[in-house]
Amino acid sequence: MSNPETKTVYPYIPNSTDQARKKMLSAVSAESVECFYADIPKYLRMQRPLDMPEPFLSEYELKQHVQKLLNKNRSTEECLSFLGGGCYQHHVPSICDEINQRSEFLTAYAGEPYDDHGRFQALFEYCSMMGELLEMDIVNVPVYDGHQAAATSIRMACRYTGKRKALVSATIHPDKLSMITEYCRSDVDIQVINVDTVTGGMCMESLKNALDDQTAVVYFDNPGYLGVVEDGEKICALAASFDAIPAVGVDPLSLGVLAPPSSYGARLVTGEIQALGIHMQFGGGNGGFIASHDETDLVMQYPSRLFGIAPTEVQGEYGFGDVAFERTSFDKRENGNEFVGTASALWGITAGVYLSLMGPQGMHDIANGIFQRNAYAKERLASIPGILIPHNNQSHFKEFVVNFDNTGKTVEEINRLLLKQDIFGGHDLSEKYPQFGQSALYCFTEIHSRDDIDTLCDALSEVI
Amino acid sequence: MTDLTKNPIEDIRSHRHTDGKPNVRRYHQARWDEPIIFELSAEGERGVLVPEVDEEIKRTTKDVYKNLPASMMRESLPALPELSQNKVLRHYLRMSQQNLGADFQVDIGQGTCTMKYNPKVNEHLARSHKMSELHPLQDQDTVQGILEITHKFEQILKDISGMSRFSFQPRGGSAAIYANAAVIRKYHESRGDTDRDEIITTIFSHPSDAACAKLAGFKVITLYPNDDGYPDIEALKAAVSDRTAGLLITNPEDTGIFNPDIDEFVRIVHKAGGLCAYDQANANGLLGITRARDAGFDLCHFNLHKTFSTPHACGGPAVGAQGASKELECFLPGPLIDHDGERYFLNEDMPHSIGKVSAFYGSASIVMRAYAWVMNLGAEGLREVAEIAVLNNNYLMHEVLKIKGISAPYAEGKRRIEQVRYSWEELYRDTGIHSEQLGIRMADYGLHYWTSHHPFVVPEPATLEPTEAYSVEDLDEYVRTLKAVSEEAYTNPAMVRSAPHNCPIHKIKPEVLDDPERWSVTWRAYCRKLANQNE
Repeated sequence: MSNPETKTVYPYIPNSTDQARKKMLSAVSAESVECFYADIPKYLRMQRPLDMPEPFLSEYELKQHVQKLLNKNRSTEECLSFLGGGCYQHHVPSICDEINQRSEFLTAYAGEPYDDHGRFQALFEYCSMMGELLEMDIVNVPVYDGHQAAATSIRMACRYTGKRKALVSATIHPDKLSMITEYCRSDVDIQVINVDTVTGGMCMESLKNALDDQTAVVYFDNPGYLGVVEDGEKICALAASFDAIPAVGVDPLSLGVLAPPSSYGARLVTGEIQALGIHMQFGGGNGGFIASHDETDLVMQYPSRLFGIAPTEVQGEYGFGDVAFERTSFDKRENGNEFVGTASALWGITAGVYLSLMGPQGMHDIANGIFQRNAYAKERLASIPGILIPHNNQSHFKEFVVNFDNTGKTVEEINRLLLKQDIFGGHDLSEKYPQFGQSALYCFTEIHSRDDIDTLCDALSEVI
Repeated sequence: MTDLTKNPIEDIRSHRHTDGKPNVRRYHQARWDEPIIFELSAEGERGVLVPEVDEEIKRTTKDVYKNLPASMMRESLPALPELSQNKVLRHYLRMSQQNLGADFQVDIGQGTCTMKYNPKVNEHLARSHKMSELHPLQDQDTVQGILEITHKFEQILKDISGMSRFSFQPRGGSAAIYANAAVIRKYHESRGDTDRDEIITTIFSHPSDAACAKLAGFKVITLYPNDDGYPDIEALKAAVSDRTAGLLITNPEDTGIFNPDIDEFVRIVHKAGGLCAYDQANANGLLGITRARDAGFDLCHFNLHKTFSTPHACGGPAVGAQGASKELECFLPGPLIDHDGERYFLNEDMPHSIGKVSAFYGSASIVMRAYAWVMNLGAEGLREVAEIAVLNNNYLMHEVLKIKGISAPYAEGKRRIEQVRYSWEELYRDTGIHSEQLGIRMADYGLHYWTSHHPFVVPEPATLEPTEAYSVEDLDEYVRTLKAVSEEAYTNPAMVRSAPHNCPIHKIKPEVLDDPERWSVTWRAYCRKLANQNE
């Protein structure tokens, strides 16, 4: 292609040397690589080089270039952030990164249960620890994110019951609702149950009115998108009284304190694992789980990989493999359940590391600390003139709605002023939830000290 | 056990591939007999402590659970294992050693998956807190860097494909295929053309091309290859009608044979009123060579974790970058990233979009890694990637076909693009050894290969894709090992049948995995069903 004297030898391409190219071409009796492209019609061939910026061939220059672009970002390490809403800033224990950066896990893909025994065991253990947290016997190998998991749980319930009607609470993340609606619509009739503006939870009256014997599933998140912990038992019992499957989305980090949904009647439980030791990465750290009891007919509805423990020819040795593989599109193409593919396995392994580090006490301590910080933040914020906490008499995990209507300022204005003090204010809800006026979703986790919360309150007092 | 004092093993220099002799590696994977993590638990041990709650907070808030219904409180702590930090580390490190990552081997056996080198500098960049500690809902002025990177990468993909816009929302190739099927559905609906309920695909396209079409509500018509290995054009002509919504197709398919009539396929489907989506999972040999849009495709997707070098990570995180023509870009899952002359912004104003296909904006740090990769190579480098991937494949095929018992079905004597689906049919006929068994025996030598997606259209399949990332010596080592395994099948079939011998575990008894009474997806299920295990 190029003049041999000026040709670049690429470090990622061993055979980019002239010697290798010549040797291989000669071995296969080809004059040039053009022979291999003979089947591509001339008129489909690109007649010019790709139109791209000049490359940074040296590692140093490449690193400088990308780092310079990244330096235009301001991270949550540099600022004080109170953003939540589906992605959460938590402490990531060092061991989580130590493990997920290992070449053995980072660069593996789809080896057999023999050469990739470690991947199978690590994911089996992740599922097993999630199973303890959720008190359920079946947990899948992670799907893309909590949205995907929720959408699939709704489809699973419809396949299982043979019905089409799904009731979905409007208290879930608006993007999750958008994803569920499009993903399910060819086989599921989605009906949205509105938010009770007083409690910030699902409107029980609307749910009662919508339920009938054609309902396959009632889906809600607990805590919901607005941070409110619902009376899940009431909702699940109501759903079950119509033979609908109660399906609950849950933040696994809440479960050191909150009851696992299985204990209050949920039959399908899903959620997001990003909070379990995975960096936010601008939303790239998400991963989803689906769990249920070990009911064969329900297990057969999973589209995902399910890794099971299996004996080997050596007594006592643990092996692993795919459980009921014939459920999947890998085995049956369009006759399998939905589809399965590369999703977020490394985050599953990482979440397993996190759960094994935290243990029972750690999971209790972190959830309890988050409840306490939220209660403190609610109290402090409510005492600031002009600020209202609309659902103040509810219990909140991680986040709650803060209303600024009486300040005369918009959330956008307030957040811009906070940013000047290196504070990322809560997520602006005014567009998606106009019924809440000028409100924002403020999030507090274990990384927020009392000082941080006081700093926020002082800054808010100053800017509103 | 070998007693080395009594039975000194042969001179191991004969196993080193560097001496040019036709020998195979003396290899054994780590075997730790590592227990399940619950078995390592010791009461009261702690792996990491969390920040204490400030006394003042405790004092002010008192009973934080007073508003919580009693049934929402957990009754007892979750039965997670209790381990000190170094025990957790050691356990996971041992498991990692029992996993054969691509960095350790000549990973050319996972055909269709483009197992190329994942540059470490990109990993280092992704670990920067300027990437890892970004919240997706930050003020857009504070994330100009990642928006700019994504926007710039989009411009490069546009030129590689000829498409008009890209969405990076799909978190994997299958998610992008689903998104393409959803766009096809939305497009026809937008025109009131609601009777189109069929999607055509091919048997050598990824199973998700069929599965996602079905998921989006379409009936699936599957084309099979003709004797040349191309999907049958006559079958396509017979399949299209006013019910045709679209075509989901790969080219080259997993056989590595480029379909020269691809633009004719597109024309036939367009003429019938359907759209065409190009699954570019096999794009590695075509970068800068030929483009989806030039063949008439309306949609396409690239797997950044394949063609664009980001790590496979045991199966994700990943990105299926979804591309669309000018006419279809309004249907893409948003937000798209635009530039208003001064700043980059997330464009949420997409009333015709299919909506979200994943949380936030997909796997942003994967896009960042892919951007770093293309910016290291440039136009000339990407062309080199394609050419060397194809050269490596044709060299490998030339050498592999010298091995007894293997063949490359279809299009005999033809060159291939970036991979080949081989067949061990002859070896199976001669020895009774299946392709899967040979693959497992390869693992005894620190290599592996994958057969094929189901159904096995090619009998006793093996799919090899060398990519640009391996040297001629690497390819020679792989071929030498494959040849040795083939010879074993002929001369010592019991050795192959009883493999693996050098892996962390021995042959699995898989029956329990399909038996609801015994299958155990979690440790708690296993303990509950333990009594059934030995039935």
